[in-house]
Amino acid sequence: MSLRTFFATAFLALFVVASGAIAAEPIKIGVYLPLTGQNAFGGQLELDGIKLAHAERPTVLGSQVELVIVDNKSDKVEAANAVTRLTARDKVLGIIGTYGSSLAMAGGEVAEKAKTPVIGTSCTNPLVTTGKNYYFRACYIDPYQGAGGATYAIKNLGFKRAAILKDVSNDYAVGLAKFFSDSFKKQGGEIVDNINYNSGDQDFTPQLTQIISNKPDVLFIPAYFAEGAIIMKQARELGATFRIMGGDAMDNPDVVNIGGAAVEGFIITAFPYAASMPNMNPQARQFTEAYSKLYPGKEPNMNSALGYTCYMMFIDALERAGKADSEAVTAALNNVKDLPTVFGPLTLNSAHDAEMAIGIIEIRNGQRQYVGEVTPEM
Amino acid sequence: MSLEMFTQHLFNALALGALYGLIAIGYTMVYGILRLINFAHGDIFMLGAYLVFFTTIAFMPAWVAALLLGLTLLAFYSTFVGFGKKPPMWFWIPMAFSICMTGFYAFVAPMDFTPPWVLAAAFAIVVTSAIGITVDRVAYRPLRNAPRISALISAIGVSFFIESAAVVVFSGLPRPVRQPDILVQPIIFSLESITGNAESLVRVTPLAIIVPIISVVLILGLLWVIYRTKPGLAMRAISKDIETTRLMGVSVNKVIALTFGLGSALAAAAGIMWSLRYPQIFPYMGMMPGLKAFIAAVFGGIGSVQGAMIGGLMLGFMEIFIVAFFPELSGYRDAFAFILLIIILLWKPTGLMGEKLKEKI
Repeated sequence: MSLRTFFATAFLALFVVASGAIAAEPIKIGVYLPLTGQNAFGGQLELDGIKLAHAERPTVLGSQVELVIVDNKSDKVEAANAVTRLTARDKVLGIIGTYGSSLAMAGGEVAEKAKTPVIGTSCTNPLVTTGKNYYFRACYIDPYQGAGGATYAIKNLGFKRAAILKDVSNDYAVGLAKFFSDSFKKQGGEIVDNINYNSGDQDFTPQLTQIISNKPDVLFIPAYFAEGAIIMKQARELGATFRIMGGDAMDNPDVVNIGGAAVEGFIITAFPYAASMPNMNPQARQFTEAYSKLYPGKEPNMNSALGYTCYMMFIDALERAGKADSEAVTAALNNVKDLPTVFGPLTLNSAHDAEMAIGIIEIRNGQRQYVGEVTPEM
Repeated sequence: MSLEMFTQHLFNALALGALYGLIAIGYTMVYGILRLINFAHGDIFMLGAYLVFFTTIAFMPAWVAALLLGLTLLAFYSTFVGFGKKPPMWFWIPMAFSICMTGFYAFVAPMDFTPPWVLAAAFAIVVTSAIGITVDRVAYRPLRNAPRISALISAIGVSFFIESAAVVVFSGLPRPVRQPDILVQPIIFSLESITGNAESLVRVTPLAIIVPIISVVLILGLLWVIYRTKPGLAMRAISKDIETTRLMGVSVNKVIALTFGLGSALAAAAGIMWSLRYPQIFPYMGMMPGLKAFIAAVFGGIGSVQGAMIGGLMLGFMEIFIVAFFPELSGYRDAFAFILLIIILLWKPTGLMGEKLKEKI
């Protein structure tokens, strides 16, 4: 090797190392979740999952990943502010969030203008990604879930009469209630009552008295778990004997803490992951073990699994894009196919929604039991 | 609507209305005397519920209990006695209670001891009334001669402060409240003799009966204080003319502090009963009940204790029966409460039992 070639090579090597050092500036991923307020429980669980994934995969493309965590306070205005902050001030590459469809819709508008890709954790209302180029999600959508609940009620449990009690000021609840009701009627069932309440209500006795008098087989409550547990408690106090069903937002260990004996037999349509699930896939087993190690004494739930999956989807998209660039990552996210995740192979469809089966969880003896999966009749 | 449904609604409404009434009394007392709407009242209500939670369900460390009681003593002492003076006889009652509690917590109670529910409730009520007195001392007393709007804004500030501090200290997560079984095991009445239908059952949780009874007892006690005791006489005098009362040699600030203490004790009692009936507590739990109780107080005639209770009951009945008769409007029952407020302010601004006044906020 001549001296000149040696110097040229050395110079080139130095240049590569130097440019590597510049690229090693951390990749920022924003997180906006409800860490206080009405939805704080769900937000905290999802954050647990994201942090776990970050601990497992702290680097990608040779750079550190930095999480920028912002609390959206379970408030639509704060959610939009949080995304503005993440895109304008922190200049994040992508964003994970959020629990709560109403919050995701508020945040999504801002992210769309800033051209920053977002992966939603458990925002299941179809409108979250409709017409959006930059909003994706690791979860399925409410029409699918609502139909899943109705199918399970009619086909597996043989119910004919259903009542619905929903929060009229919550996009998630109104959407899910409608999809449940549509599918239930289509399959030959009857909706005997469709009654509302308002966010923040604590007294559901008049609505429940009305519902009990109509003698349904099943009451569907597309509520968040804290108020859902209170509803079940008041229903049982008023002498309700019908079964009660809820959506994914009800799958939380604290349902049992708040509701006690009143939540016995409660059925939840959920994402196909539960710590009690038999035959886990390798990702799910790995997640369950790592979670128990990082958070001793806490039972991993699907919200944490969703947070975990969102982070892993970003890592996967970054690896496939090959560079830390928002547009490239968005392009990679548009093309997710059979990605191995906690929920099994995950594919994003053209509407940016994840396609997966619907898990059914039932509360038996104060424990959340994974009883199986259902394919909805749409 | 069948008879058993109607009866069921009636009991539900009674329990809700009595709770609104109990909170409304705190608003009405302070307003009657100071012409101040104490917006922090709903948050004091929340603190009462949290204190019971931390003393019974979650274990409160001995030193926290001792610290709280020490602060309580300090608030009572500095307000009602003043340093360097001989305390009057009545002062020894809360004093003795606090000292016994502190001693018990610090030395006698084993580490994992959680006090019986009744004791925890008494503890919470005493500490909460001290917090009410402290709020008055810190946020309202310096503004006694300022324009009324300044005190109102200060009240809103205190409300936000308590809420935010509660989020920091207790965290924003809602917490489950353990209900003693005896209070929630429903009692079942049969109306078969009237309707002739064996399925005509009415279920009432003991709470739905106990809450109105406790409310009535507390109100009677309060009326006794206001109309039959010397501090009560002073309260009524202050509500007529604060300056003249002061010239008569009444220690106005102490009487006002006593008003805040009593009002906050009632708020704590309501908070405890509320958390038993709706077994979930969170830092913002006082907001909506606080606003509703405010409506109840205005409805009943702000400044009148009986009026507040009646207003609370009426509001409870209205909320329940609107949902009962018009289920399709059930999502808008808060809206009805606020529409009621507007109608009253337009049609009869002094409320059902209020005295005629020229000024209203």
